Amino acid sequence: MPFSIPQVHAFLNLVREKWGYDFSGYAEASLHRRLRRVAELAHTPSLEKLGKRLQSDPHAFNWFLENFTVNVTEMFRDPEFYACLRKQIFPVLETFPHINIWHAGCSTGEEVYSMAILLQESGLLSRCRIYATDLNPANLEKARAGIVATPMLKEYIQNYRLSGGVEDFTQYYTALYGNAIFQKELREKITFLQHNLVADGVFNEFQLIICRNVFIYFKRNLQEQVLGLFTESLAPLGFLALGTKESILSARIQARFEVASRPMKIYRKKY
Amino acid sequence: MSFSNAAAKMVIMGGSAGSMQPMMLLLSALPATFRAAILLVVHRQRNVHSNLHEILSQHCSTPVREPEDKDPIQAGHIYLAPQNYHLLVETDGNFALEYSEPVCFSRPSIDVTLQGAVWAGVKNLLVVLLSGANTDGAAGIAAVLKAGGQAFIQLPGMAEFPAMPGGALTRNPEASARDIPEISGYLNQFVM
Repeated sequence: MPFSIPQVHAFLNLVREKWGYDFSGYAEASLHRRLRRVAELAHTPSLEKLGKRLQSDPHAFNWFLENFTVNVTEMFRDPEFYACLRKQIFPVLETFPHINIWHAGCSTGEEVYSMAILLQESGLLSRCRIYATDLNPANLEKARAGIVATPMLKEYIQNYRLSGGVEDFTQYYTALYGNAIFQKELREKITFLQHNLVADGVFNEFQLIICRNVFIYFKRNLQEQVLGLFTESLAPLGFLALGTKESILSARIQARFEVASRPMKIYRKKY
Repeated sequence: MSFSNAAAKMVIMGGSAGSMQPMMLLLSALPATFRAAILLVVHRQRNVHSNLHEILSQHCSTPVREPEDKDPIQAGHIYLAPQNYHLLVETDGNFALEYSEPVCFSRPSIDVTLQGAVWAGVKNLLVVLLSGANTDGAAGIAAVLKAGGQAFIQLPGMAEFPAMPGGALTRNPEASARDIPEISGYLNQFVM
Protein backbone atom coordinates (compact mmCIF):
# COMPACT_ATOMS: atom_id res chain seq x y z
CA MET A 1 0.00 0.00 0.00
CA PRO A 2 1.49 3.35 -0.96
CA PHE A 3 1.48 6.11 1.65
CA SER A 4 -0.21 9.41 0.94
CA ILE A 5 1.75 12.67 0.84
CA PRO A 6 0.14 13.97 4.11
CA GLN A 7 0.95 10.68 5.90
CA VAL A 8 4.58 10.95 4.82
CA HIS A 9 4.79 14.62 5.84
CA ALA A 10 3.36 13.86 9.28
CA PHE A 11 5.86 11.05 9.77
CA LEU A 12 8.84 13.15 8.60
CA ASN A 13 7.77 15.95 10.95
CA LEU A 14 7.77 13.52 13.85
CA VAL A 15 11.26 12.27 12.91
CA ARG A 16 12.54 15.84 12.72
CA GLU A 17 11.00 16.96 15.99
CA LYS A 18 11.89 13.90 18.08
CA TRP A 19 15.26 12.89 16.69
CA GLY A 20 16.53 15.92 14.77
CA TYR A 21 16.86 14.31 11.33
CA ASP A 22 15.29 16.34 8.53
CA PHE A 23 14.43 14.24 5.48
CA SER A 24 12.03 16.77 3.95
CA GLY A 25 14.52 17.62 1.17
CA TYR A 26 14.88 13.99 0.06
CA ALA A 27 13.64 12.99 -3.40
CA GLU A 28 10.16 11.54 -3.15
CA ALA A 29 10.20 8.38 -5.29
CA SER A 30 13.03 6.87 -3.31
CA LEU A 31 11.87 8.29 0.04
CA HIS A 32 8.43 6.72 -0.33
CA ARG A 33 9.95 3.46 -1.47
CA ARG A 34 12.28 3.34 1.56
CA LEU A 35 9.42 4.13 3.94
CA ARG A 36 7.32 1.32 2.45
CA ARG A 37 10.30 -0.99 2.88
CA VAL A 38 10.85 -0.06 6.53
CA ALA A 39 7.15 -0.40 7.31
CA GLU A 40 7.20 -3.87 5.72
CA LEU A 41 10.28 -4.91 7.67
CA ALA A 42 8.65 -3.65 10.87
CA HIS A 43 5.36 -5.40 9.99
CA THR A 44 3.52 -2.12 10.53
CA PRO A 45 0.83 -1.28 7.99
CA SER A 46 0.82 2.48 8.63
CA LEU A 47 3.36 5.22 9.19
CA GLU A 48 1.34 6.37 12.19
CA LYS A 49 1.88 2.98 13.85
CA LEU A 50 5.55 3.03 12.85
CA GLY A 51 5.90 6.47 14.48
CA LYS A 52 4.36 5.16 17.71
CA ARG A 53 6.73 2.16 17.70
CA LEU A 54 9.74 4.43 17.25
CA GLN A 55 8.64 6.53 20.22
CA SER A 56 7.91 3.63 22.55
CA ASP A 57 11.14 1.67 22.00
CA PRO A 58 14.42 3.52 22.66
CA HIS A 59 16.38 1.28 20.25
CA ALA A 60 13.87 1.48 17.44
CA PHE A 61 15.02 4.78 15.94
CA ASN A 62 18.55 3.52 15.27
CA TRP A 63 17.01 0.49 13.63
CA PHE A 64 14.83 2.78 11.52
CA LEU A 65 17.78 4.94 10.48
CA GLU A 66 19.82 1.91 9.41
CA ASN A 67 17.04 0.50 7.28
CA PHE A 68 15.54 3.69 5.91
CA THR A 69 18.78 5.25 4.67
CA VAL A 70 20.52 3.40 1.85
CA ASN A 71 23.74 1.82 3.05
CA VAL A 72 24.78 -0.08 -0.04
CA THR A 73 28.39 0.29 -1.14
CA GLU A 74 31.23 -1.68 -2.68
CA MET A 75 34.98 -1.27 -3.10
CA PHE A 76 36.10 0.48 -6.30
CA ARG A 77 32.53 1.04 -7.50
CA ASP A 78 32.91 2.35 -11.08
CA PRO A 79 36.52 1.27 -11.63
CA GLU A 80 36.89 3.91 -14.36
CA PHE A 81 36.32 6.61 -11.75
CA TYR A 82 39.22 5.31 -9.67
CA ALA A 83 41.40 5.00 -12.76
CA CYS A 84 40.65 8.66 -13.49
CA LEU A 85 41.52 9.71 -9.91
CA ARG A 86 44.82 7.88 -10.17
CA LYS A 87 45.79 9.15 -13.61
CA GLN A 88 44.33 12.62 -13.74
CA ILE A 89 43.57 13.98 -10.25
CA PHE A 90 46.33 12.60 -8.01
CA PRO A 91 49.15 14.17 -10.07
CA VAL A 92 47.54 17.56 -9.38
CA LEU A 93 46.92 16.81 -5.69
CA GLU A 94 50.60 15.94 -5.45
CA THR A 95 51.45 19.61 -5.94
CA PHE A 96 49.66 20.54 -2.66
CA PRO A 97 51.86 20.41 0.48
CA HIS A 98 49.07 18.86 2.53
CA ILE A 99 46.03 17.02 1.24
CA ASN A 100 42.74 17.05 3.12
CA ILE A 101 40.07 14.79 1.69
CA TRP A 102 36.41 14.70 2.68
CA HIS A 103 34.44 11.63 1.76
CA ALA A 104 30.83 12.71 2.40
CA GLY A 105 28.19 10.00 2.74
CA CYS A 106 30.78 7.25 3.21
CA SER A 107 28.30 4.54 4.26
CA THR A 108 30.27 1.58 5.71
CA GLY A 109 33.57 2.83 4.31
CA GLU A 110 34.35 0.53 1.37
CA GLU A 111 34.96 3.40 -1.06
CA VAL A 112 37.04 5.27 1.53
CA TYR A 113 39.41 2.32 1.90
CA SER A 114 39.52 2.01 -1.89
CA MET A 115 40.76 5.59 -2.13
CA ALA A 116 43.24 5.14 0.73
CA ILE A 117 44.75 2.18 -1.17
CA LEU A 118 45.13 4.26 -4.33
CA LEU A 119 46.69 7.13 -2.36
CA GLN A 120 49.17 4.73 -0.82
CA GLU A 121 50.09 3.31 -4.22
CA SER A 122 50.60 6.84 -5.53
CA GLY A 123 52.86 7.69 -2.58
CA LEU A 124 50.45 10.37 -1.33
CA LEU A 125 48.89 8.74 1.71
CA SER A 126 51.52 10.00 4.16
CA ARG A 127 50.58 13.60 3.25
CA CYS A 128 46.84 12.95 3.45
CA ARG A 129 44.21 13.14 6.10
CA ILE A 130 40.89 11.61 5.07
CA TYR A 131 37.70 12.67 6.84
CA ALA A 132 34.87 10.27 6.09
CA THR A 133 31.41 11.25 7.23
CA ASP A 134 27.95 9.76 7.29
CA LEU A 135 24.73 10.63 9.10
CA ASN A 136 24.27 7.09 10.34
CA PRO A 137 26.30 6.15 13.49
CA ALA A 138 25.95 2.41 12.81
CA ASN A 139 27.64 2.87 9.41
CA LEU A 140 30.51 4.77 10.97
CA GLU A 141 31.05 2.07 13.56
CA LYS A 142 31.35 -0.56 10.82
CA ALA A 143 33.54 1.72 8.71
CA ARG A 144 35.91 2.38 11.62
CA ALA A 145 36.36 -1.35 12.17
CA GLY A 146 37.67 -1.63 8.58
CA ILE A 147 36.37 -5.15 8.11
CA VAL A 148 34.84 -6.67 5.00
CA ALA A 149 33.54 -10.21 4.52
CA THR A 150 36.09 -12.34 2.63
CA PRO A 151 33.54 -13.60 0.06
CA MET A 152 33.17 -10.00 -1.17
CA LEU A 153 36.89 -9.70 -1.85
CA LYS A 154 36.84 -11.58 -5.14
CA GLU A 155 34.63 -8.94 -6.75
CA TYR A 156 36.48 -6.09 -5.03
CA ILE A 157 39.84 -7.35 -6.31
CA GLN A 158 38.36 -7.63 -9.81
CA ASN A 159 37.18 -4.01 -9.53
CA TYR A 160 40.63 -3.00 -8.26
CA ARG A 161 42.24 -4.61 -11.34
CA LEU A 162 39.72 -2.91 -13.63
CA SER A 163 40.65 0.42 -12.02
CA GLY A 164 44.24 -0.17 -13.11
CA GLY A 165 45.54 -1.70 -9.87
CA VAL A 166 48.48 -4.05 -10.43
CA GLU A 167 49.73 -4.71 -6.89
CA ASP A 168 49.18 -7.82 -4.82
CA PHE A 169 45.91 -6.87 -3.12
CA THR A 170 46.44 -9.30 -0.23
CA GLN A 171 49.01 -6.88 1.26
CA TYR A 172 46.19 -4.48 2.18
CA TYR A 173 44.33 -6.74 4.58
CA THR A 174 44.68 -9.57 7.06
CA ALA A 175 42.15 -12.36 6.71
CA LEU A 176 40.70 -14.04 9.75
CA TYR A 177 37.64 -16.25 10.19
CA GLY A 178 35.80 -15.23 7.04
CA ASN A 179 36.61 -11.55 7.44
CA ALA A 180 39.35 -9.33 6.13
CA ILE A 181 40.56 -6.35 8.18
CA PHE A 182 42.36 -3.52 6.41
CA GLN A 183 45.95 -2.76 7.42
CA LYS A 184 46.52 -0.30 10.23
CA GLU A 185 48.44 2.08 7.91
CA LEU A 186 45.25 2.57 5.90
CA ARG A 187 42.89 2.76 8.88
CA GLU A 188 44.90 5.31 10.85
CA LYS A 189 44.78 7.83 8.01
CA ILE A 190 40.99 7.96 8.07
CA THR A 191 38.89 9.86 10.62
CA PHE A 192 35.27 8.75 10.64
CA LEU A 193 32.84 11.42 11.88
CA GLN A 194 29.10 11.83 12.10
CA HIS A 195 28.01 14.70 9.86
CA ASN A 196 24.58 15.36 8.43
CA LEU A 197 24.84 17.18 5.11
CA VAL A 198 21.33 18.60 5.61
CA ALA A 199 22.06 20.30 8.92
CA ASP A 200 25.80 20.48 9.67
CA GLY A 201 28.25 23.03 8.33
CA VAL A 202 31.83 23.53 7.20
CA PHE A 203 34.38 21.78 9.45
CA ASN A 204 37.64 22.04 7.54
CA GLU A 205 39.20 23.06 4.23
CA PHE A 206 39.67 20.35 1.63
CA GLN A 207 41.62 19.74 -1.55
CA LEU A 208 39.25 16.93 -2.61
CA ILE A 209 35.63 16.25 -1.69
CA ILE A 210 34.06 12.98 -2.77
CA CYS A 211 30.29 12.66 -2.55
CA ARG A 212 29.09 9.91 -4.86
CA ASN A 213 25.54 8.62 -5.12
CA VAL A 214 24.25 10.82 -2.33
CA PHE A 215 22.68 13.55 -4.46
CA ILE A 216 20.41 10.99 -6.13
CA TYR A 217 18.48 10.98 -2.83
CA PHE A 218 18.19 14.79 -2.64
CA LYS A 219 15.75 17.13 -4.35
CA ARG A 220 17.27 19.95 -6.39
CA ASN A 221 16.99 22.53 -3.61
CA LEU A 222 18.78 20.35 -1.10
CA GLN A 223 21.41 19.50 -3.73
CA GLU A 224 22.06 23.18 -4.25
CA GLN A 225 22.29 23.80 -0.51
CA VAL A 226 24.81 20.98 -0.04
CA LEU A 227 26.79 22.08 -3.12
CA GLY A 228 27.04 25.46 -1.41
CA LEU A 229 28.52 23.75 1.64
CA PHE A 230 31.02 21.87 -0.56
CA THR A 231 31.99 25.05 -2.42
CA GLU A 232 32.70 26.80 0.88
CA SER A 233 34.65 23.79 2.16
CA LEU A 234 36.89 23.45 -0.90
CA ALA A 235 40.26 25.15 -1.15
CA PRO A 236 40.73 27.19 -4.35
CA LEU A 237 41.46 24.74 -7.20
CA GLY A 238 40.20 21.86 -5.08
CA PHE A 239 38.26 18.99 -6.66
CA LEU A 240 34.70 17.78 -6.20
CA ALA A 241 33.71 14.28 -7.36
CA LEU A 242 30.06 13.25 -7.74
CA GLY A 243 28.49 9.96 -8.83
CA THR A 244 28.81 9.20 -12.53
CA LYS A 245 25.06 9.75 -13.06
CA GLU A 246 24.93 12.97 -11.02
CA SER A 247 25.75 16.52 -12.09
CA ILE A 248 25.93 20.03 -10.69
CA LEU A 249 22.42 21.08 -11.74
CA SER A 250 22.45 24.60 -10.29
CA ALA A 251 23.72 27.24 -12.73
CA ARG A 252 24.83 29.41 -9.77
CA ILE A 253 27.10 26.63 -8.49
CA GLN A 254 28.21 25.58 -12.00
CA ALA A 255 29.71 29.04 -12.40
CA ARG A 256 32.07 28.37 -9.47
CA PHE A 257 33.55 25.23 -11.07
CA GLU A 258 35.23 24.01 -14.19
CA VAL A 259 34.90 20.43 -15.42
CA ALA A 260 37.94 18.24 -14.72
CA SER A 261 36.39 15.03 -16.09
CA ARG A 262 32.98 15.12 -17.71
CA PRO A 263 32.30 11.35 -17.82
CA MET A 264 33.58 10.79 -14.27
CA LYS A 265 31.81 13.91 -12.93
CA ILE A 266 34.87 15.50 -11.38
CA TYR A 267 34.75 19.28 -11.00
CA ARG A 268 37.44 21.78 -10.00
CA LYS A 269 36.69 24.88 -7.99
CA LYS A 270 37.81 28.03 -9.80
CA TYR A 271 40.46 30.18 -8.15
CA MET B 1 6.15 14.54 -19.73
CA SER B 2 3.87 14.88 -16.76
CA PHE B 3 1.92 11.90 -15.57
CA SER B 4 -1.16 14.01 -14.88
CA ASN B 5 -1.30 14.39 -18.68
CA ALA B 6 -3.68 11.67 -19.91
CA ALA B 7 -1.86 11.41 -23.24
CA ALA B 8 1.46 10.55 -21.60
CA LYS B 9 2.39 7.00 -22.60
CA MET B 10 5.17 4.87 -21.26
CA VAL B 11 6.59 1.50 -22.27
CA ILE B 12 8.78 -0.41 -19.83
CA MET B 13 10.62 -3.31 -21.45
CA GLY B 14 12.39 -5.72 -19.11
CA GLY B 15 14.85 -8.41 -20.02
CA SER B 16 17.68 -10.52 -18.72
CA ALA B 17 19.58 -13.50 -20.12
CA GLY B 18 18.52 -14.14 -23.71
CA SER B 19 16.66 -10.85 -24.10
CA MET B 20 19.07 -9.03 -26.43
CA GLN B 21 17.88 -10.59 -29.67
CA PRO B 22 14.12 -10.10 -29.08
CA MET B 23 14.75 -6.60 -27.72
CA MET B 24 16.69 -5.62 -30.84
CA LEU B 25 13.91 -7.03 -33.03
CA LEU B 26 11.29 -4.99 -31.17
CA LEU B 27 13.36 -1.80 -31.24
CA SER B 28 14.30 -2.12 -34.90
CA ALA B 29 10.63 -2.51 -35.85
CA LEU B 30 9.55 0.68 -34.04
CA PRO B 31 8.20 3.51 -36.20
CA ALA B 32 10.70 6.25 -36.99
CA THR B 33 8.93 8.64 -34.66
CA PHE B 34 6.55 7.80 -31.83
CA ARG B 35 4.83 9.41 -28.85
CA ALA B 36 5.65 7.13 -25.90
CA ALA B 37 8.68 7.21 -23.64
CA ILE B 38 10.37 3.80 -23.79
CA LEU B 39 12.36 2.56 -20.78
CA LEU B 40 14.58 -0.51 -21.12
CA VAL B 41 15.53 -2.32 -17.92
CA VAL B 42 18.13 -4.98 -18.66
CA HIS B 43 20.15 -7.00 -16.18
CA ARG B 44 23.85 -6.44 -16.76
CA GLN B 45 27.16 -6.95 -14.99
CA ARG B 46 27.83 -4.23 -12.46
CA ASN B 47 31.27 -2.75 -12.75
CA VAL B 48 32.31 -3.89 -16.20
CA HIS B 49 32.35 -1.22 -18.89
CA SER B 50 29.30 -1.60 -21.12
CA ASN B 51 28.32 0.20 -24.29
CA LEU B 52 24.94 -1.52 -24.54
CA HIS B 53 23.15 1.76 -25.27
CA GLU B 54 25.38 2.23 -28.34
CA ILE B 55 24.80 -1.32 -29.51
CA LEU B 56 21.03 -0.93 -29.14
CA SER B 57 21.16 2.45 -30.88
CA GLN B 58 22.50 0.78 -34.00
CA HIS B 59 19.25 -1.14 -34.23
CA CYS B 60 16.77 1.71 -34.12
CA SER B 61 16.23 5.11 -35.65
CA THR B 62 16.00 6.77 -32.22
CA PRO B 63 19.24 6.86 -30.19
CA VAL B 64 19.14 4.93 -26.89
CA ARG B 65 20.38 6.97 -23.93
CA GLU B 66 21.29 6.13 -20.33
CA PRO B 67 19.49 8.75 -18.25
CA GLU B 68 21.17 10.60 -15.41
CA ASP B 69 19.49 11.33 -12.11
CA LYS B 70 16.70 13.95 -12.49
CA ASP B 71 16.76 13.94 -16.30
CA PRO B 72 13.30 14.66 -17.72
CA ILE B 73 11.43 11.70 -19.21
CA GLN B 74 10.58 12.74 -22.75
CA ALA B 75 8.04 11.27 -25.12
CA GLY B 76 9.58 9.79 -28.27
CA HIS B 77 12.83 8.83 -26.53
CA ILE B 78 14.36 5.48 -25.59
CA TYR B 79 16.16 5.15 -22.27
CA LEU B 80 18.32 2.32 -20.94
CA ALA B 81 18.50 1.89 -17.15
CA PRO B 82 22.11 2.60 -16.09
CA GLN B 83 24.20 -0.25 -14.72
CA ASN B 84 24.20 -0.77 -10.97
CA TYR B 85 21.28 1.58 -10.16
CA HIS B 86 17.56 1.07 -9.76
CA LEU B 87 15.62 3.31 -12.13
CA LEU B 88 12.66 5.17 -10.61
CA VAL B 89 10.17 7.74 -11.87
CA GLU B 90 9.22 10.91 -9.98
CA THR B 91 5.70 12.33 -10.08
CA ASP B 92 7.09 15.49 -11.72
CA GLY B 93 8.06 13.43 -14.77
CA ASN B 94 11.79 13.11 -14.10
CA PHE B 95 13.96 10.05 -13.63
CA ALA B 96 15.38 9.19 -10.22
CA LEU B 97 18.16 6.72 -9.52
CA GLU B 98 18.60 4.64 -6.41
CA TYR B 99 21.73 2.72 -5.41
CA SER B 100 20.10 0.36 -2.92
CA GLU B 101 19.87 -3.36 -2.26
CA PRO B 102 19.43 -5.59 -5.34
CA VAL B 103 15.89 -6.93 -5.83
CA CYS B 104 15.67 -10.47 -7.26
CA PHE B 105 19.50 -10.35 -7.24
CA SER B 106 19.25 -7.52 -9.75
CA ARG B 107 20.11 -3.82 -9.85
CA PRO B 108 18.51 -2.44 -11.96
CA SER B 109 15.48 -4.51 -11.05
CA ILE B 110 12.48 -4.64 -13.39
CA ASP B 111 10.13 -4.95 -10.40
CA VAL B 112 11.50 -1.75 -8.87
CA THR B 113 10.98 0.28 -12.05
CA LEU B 114 7.48 -1.11 -12.64
CA GLN B 115 6.37 -0.52 -9.04
CA GLY B 116 7.97 2.92 -9.19
CA ALA B 117 6.02 3.87 -12.33
CA VAL B 118 2.78 2.74 -10.68
CA TRP B 119 3.64 4.77 -7.57
CA ALA B 120 4.30 7.84 -9.74
CA GLY B 121 0.85 7.51 -11.27
CA VAL B 122 1.83 6.61 -14.84
CA LYS B 123 -1.58 5.70 -16.27
CA ASN B 124 -0.90 4.73 -19.86
CA LEU B 125 1.65 2.03 -19.21
CA LEU B 126 2.59 -0.98 -21.34
CA VAL B 127 5.01 -3.60 -20.01
CA VAL B 128 6.96 -5.97 -22.25
CA LEU B 129 8.77 -8.77 -20.43
CA LEU B 130 11.34 -10.83 -22.32
CA SER B 131 13.62 -13.80 -21.74
CA GLY B 132 15.46 -14.17 -18.44
CA ALA B 133 16.70 -16.65 -15.87
CA ASN B 134 15.12 -15.31 -12.68
CA THR B 135 11.67 -14.09 -11.68
CA ASP B 136 12.26 -10.33 -11.67
CA GLY B 137 9.27 -8.55 -13.23
CA ALA B 138 6.51 -10.82 -11.90
CA ALA B 139 5.66 -8.67 -8.85
CA GLY B 140 5.99 -5.47 -10.88
CA ILE B 141 3.60 -6.72 -13.56
CA ALA B 142 1.08 -7.58 -10.82
CA ALA B 143 1.26 -3.96 -9.62
CA VAL B 144 0.93 -2.58 -13.17
CA LEU B 145 -2.10 -4.75 -14.02
CA LYS B 146 -3.79 -3.82 -10.73
CA ALA B 147 -3.33 -0.16 -11.63
CA GLY B 148 -4.93 -0.66 -15.04
CA GLY B 149 -1.82 -1.04 -17.21
CA GLN B 150 -1.13 -3.72 -19.83
CA ALA B 151 1.53 -6.40 -19.95
CA PHE B 152 2.83 -8.50 -22.85
CA ILE B 153 5.06 -11.38 -21.94
CA GLN B 154 7.26 -13.24 -24.39
CA LEU B 155 5.91 -16.80 -24.82
CA PRO B 156 8.10 -18.79 -22.39
CA GLY B 157 8.43 -21.62 -24.91
CA MET B 158 9.94 -19.21 -27.43
CA ALA B 159 12.30 -17.54 -24.93
CA GLU B 160 15.93 -18.61 -24.69
CA PHE B 161 15.57 -18.51 -20.88
CA PRO B 162 11.91 -19.19 -19.99
CA ALA B 163 12.11 -18.68 -16.18
CA MET B 164 11.40 -14.95 -16.22
CA PRO B 165 8.46 -14.85 -18.63
CA GLY B 166 7.20 -18.12 -17.11
CA GLY B 167 7.37 -16.75 -13.58
CA ALA B 168 5.54 -13.59 -14.60
CA LEU B 169 2.75 -15.62 -16.28
CA THR B 170 2.34 -17.94 -13.30
CA ARG B 171 1.90 -14.93 -11.04
CA ASN B 172 -0.22 -13.00 -13.57
CA PRO B 173 -2.30 -15.47 -15.60
CA GLU B 174 -4.37 -12.59 -16.96
CA ALA B 175 -1.34 -11.08 -18.72
CA SER B 176 -0.90 -11.78 -22.45
CA ALA B 177 1.75 -14.26 -23.58
CA ARG B 178 2.68 -13.60 -27.20
CA ASP B 179 5.47 -14.28 -29.65
CA ILE B 180 7.77 -11.43 -30.63
CA PRO B 181 6.10 -10.48 -33.96
CA GLU B 182 2.74 -10.14 -32.18
CA ILE B 183 4.24 -8.09 -29.34
CA SER B 184 5.91 -5.91 -31.96
CA GLY B 185 2.53 -5.23 -33.61
CA TYR B 186 0.87 -4.21 -30.33
CA LEU B 187 3.88 -2.16 -29.28
CA ASN B 188 3.96 -0.20 -32.55
CA GLN B 189 0.27 0.64 -32.21
CA PHE B 190 0.61 1.62 -28.56
CA VAL B 191 3.52 4.02 -29.01
CA MET B 192 1.81 6.09 -31.70
